Amino acid sequence: MDITLWHNVFFFLMAGVACGTALAVVLAGNVVRMAFYLITSLAAVAGLFFLAGAQFLGAMQLMVYVGGTLVLLAFGVMLTARGPLSSMRTGGGQWVLAALLGGSLLAVLLQTVVQVGGPGGEAASTLAAAEETQSPTTAQLGLGLLGVRSQPPGQALARPAPPPAPGYLLVFEIISVHLLVVLVGAAYLARAKWRRPERLVIHHPPLAASQQLTTDN
Amino acid sequence: MTAYFINLLAGYPAWHWLVYLTIGLVQAALFLALAMLSVAVFNWLERKVAARVQDRLGPTRVGGRFGWLQSPADGLKLLCKEDLIPAGADHMLFRLAPYISFCAAFTPYLALPLAPGWVVQPLDTAVFFILAVAGLEIFGVILGGYASNSKWSLYGAMREAAQVVGYEIPLGLCVVTVVLAAGTLDLEQIAEAQRGWFWHWNLVNPFLFVTFWIYMTCATAGSNRAPFDLPEAESEIVAGFMTEYSGFRWSIFFMAEYTAMLLLSLVAAILFAGGWNGPVPVASLLGLTDKNGPLAEWCGHALGACNLIFKGYLGVTFMMWLRWTLPRLRVDQVMATCLKYCVPLACAMLAGTMAWTFLLRGGF
Amino acid sequence: MQSGGFYDALPAMNLLSQPIGPAHYLVVGAILFTCGVVAMTVKRNAIGVLMGIELVLNGANLNFVAFGSPGLAGGPHSLGLDGQWIAMFVIVLAAAEAAVALAIALCFYRNFATVDVDRGEELHG
Repeated sequence: MDITLWHNVFFFLMAGVACGTALAVVLAGNVVRMAFYLITSLAAVAGLFFLAGAQFLGAMQLMVYVGGTLVLLAFGVMLTARGPLSSMRTGGGQWVLAALLGGSLLAVLLQTVVQVGGPGGEAASTLAAAEETQSPTTAQLGLGLLGVRSQPPGQALARPAPPPAPGYLLVFEIISVHLLVVLVGAAYLARAKWRRPERLVIHHPPLAASQQLTTDN
Repeated sequence: MTAYFINLLAGYPAWHWLVYLTIGLVQAALFLALAMLSVAVFNWLERKVAARVQDRLGPTRVGGRFGWLQSPADGLKLLCKEDLIPAGADHMLFRLAPYISFCAAFTPYLALPLAPGWVVQPLDTAVFFILAVAGLEIFGVILGGYASNSKWSLYGAMREAAQVVGYEIPLGLCVVTVVLAAGTLDLEQIAEAQRGWFWHWNLVNPFLFVTFWIYMTCATAGSNRAPFDLPEAESEIVAGFMTEYSGFRWSIFFMAEYTAMLLLSLVAAILFAGGWNGPVPVASLLGLTDKNGPLAEWCGHALGACNLIFKGYLGVTFMMWLRWTLPRLRVDQVMATCLKYCVPLACAMLAGTMAWTFLLRGGF
Repeated sequence: MQSGGFYDALPAMNLLSQPIGPAHYLVVGAILFTCGVVAMTVKRNAIGVLMGIELVLNGANLNFVAFGSPGLAGGPHSLGLDGQWIAMFVIVLAAAEAAVALAIALCFYRNFATVDVDRGEELHG
């Protein structure tokens, strides 16, 4: 009954907020409120990342996903907000079908998920206790992106070390170039198109035959 | 401190959760007190600095010759104002927006160390966490501006969003430059690497000196302080996204702004100016280190914390001084400063720091 | 798992009695995924569909982080640090995809003056 209690409390709090606001995203009608609920849901997911020991990832989720992607989404919502917003409601029949689809998918997923057992080997029995024994540092994450694998400090291997797996250097480079290309492309797609100003056309009345200009005097 | 109390109650494991709760609440209350007192001081300081820059006196009546009680009087006035919500406003979002801004400005204090070991949650990725959460303030602005159902609010909100998001890039680049020089994201270690005399500070490195000024520019822009305060400029768009906010709700936005300013100044002090290490290592000269027992160590740390807070206040005073000195930038000038000046300069400083670290220190 | 009658009907309920482990994170991930899929099917606003996509990606990310968490460390199911790397790449790719999707939504809005996806039926047979 020590720190495990607070670990559980915060887990259920974050999980409740994440699931509840995700449901609110589905049920909300106003698209700005949907954006707000999504922000709250993703921030709660970042909290869950922190609880699972992935500190760098939690901060990255907050900075890139919530602070970047969702700001972009909010801008998109504002820019496309004019027009018949109220008529974009889905009919009742579609809601029933969606509920059936969602319910069956959730049932299948939950059946699979609860079969994931606990930890194996001599590792700690709960996440809370494990957090205090060893947690990966940012240095290891960074080294992996450079293609170097290293052990977390002080971890005892429960089984003989496997052959060193490749790092993520190539993936890192590909994703960097991919991001550049995608952002240039998105900026190009979303550019404001310039309208050529219409030329001022002066209509002259047609000249009579005797007044037509001739080239020779 | 937690471990001490847990050891005290070792025989009663059932009460450990209460100990954790109490210590958490006490730490939160301490940092909240720091933030709130700072806001009160800054309110008064802003008016005095503005007055002196404009060659007048400022508040001199409320609470004595220097107007010490002006801040509580302002707070009391704001509490007593009528609570207005404009017709057609989105009630839920209108009410929530100031609190989102304030929470995003205050949460990073979790990871901010005031002295070695004096931190609420020691994080491996402290400076990244601080930048990430401080960048969430923008949602309070966008949602508040949208929910106000007023065109001035929406304009101000969109401009502010563009400005803050734009200036996050050079801010992040400046921080990355310091992280590169220090080799860690942990603020405690970055400050400990600057222990000693003032020539151990990061400011001595010429590239980091320029980076410091870029950081201060981006911090000023990110807090919407003049000369980057077009989104909330009175003569331009009434009050921007804060137009429809009055009374207590406005004061929450106002507190969020000052809290964010103090946060960015404290982070600048830790990253560049040695944090709790003064220009002269007074603590170790006076013998207030851990070699002389826990009380001496505590006093040394307290001295360091006061030093750090003083540096943070200097940074905020600098931002206030800047506000009343420089004219306001237009929105296109704001974005041009960010994209055409700050970002290339920050990248150049990053490259320079890389070269400096390799050539002078022989590697990372 | 336990073989109580009631517990068999709701597969996730017996998780409440166990200490927090990866399975709990997977349940949250599954719920987020399902909400995202339903949002993608139900919403008529293009930006709403995009929000569904973000929820789906976050559910998947939670799965990766759960399998990479220290609770499973050393066991046969553990991904170790790979879980965090993969989740990192997913976040970056999701940001890129959201940017492009929003650009497309803006073009759609410019052409049709609405973001209602039901109005995009010019290629309708």
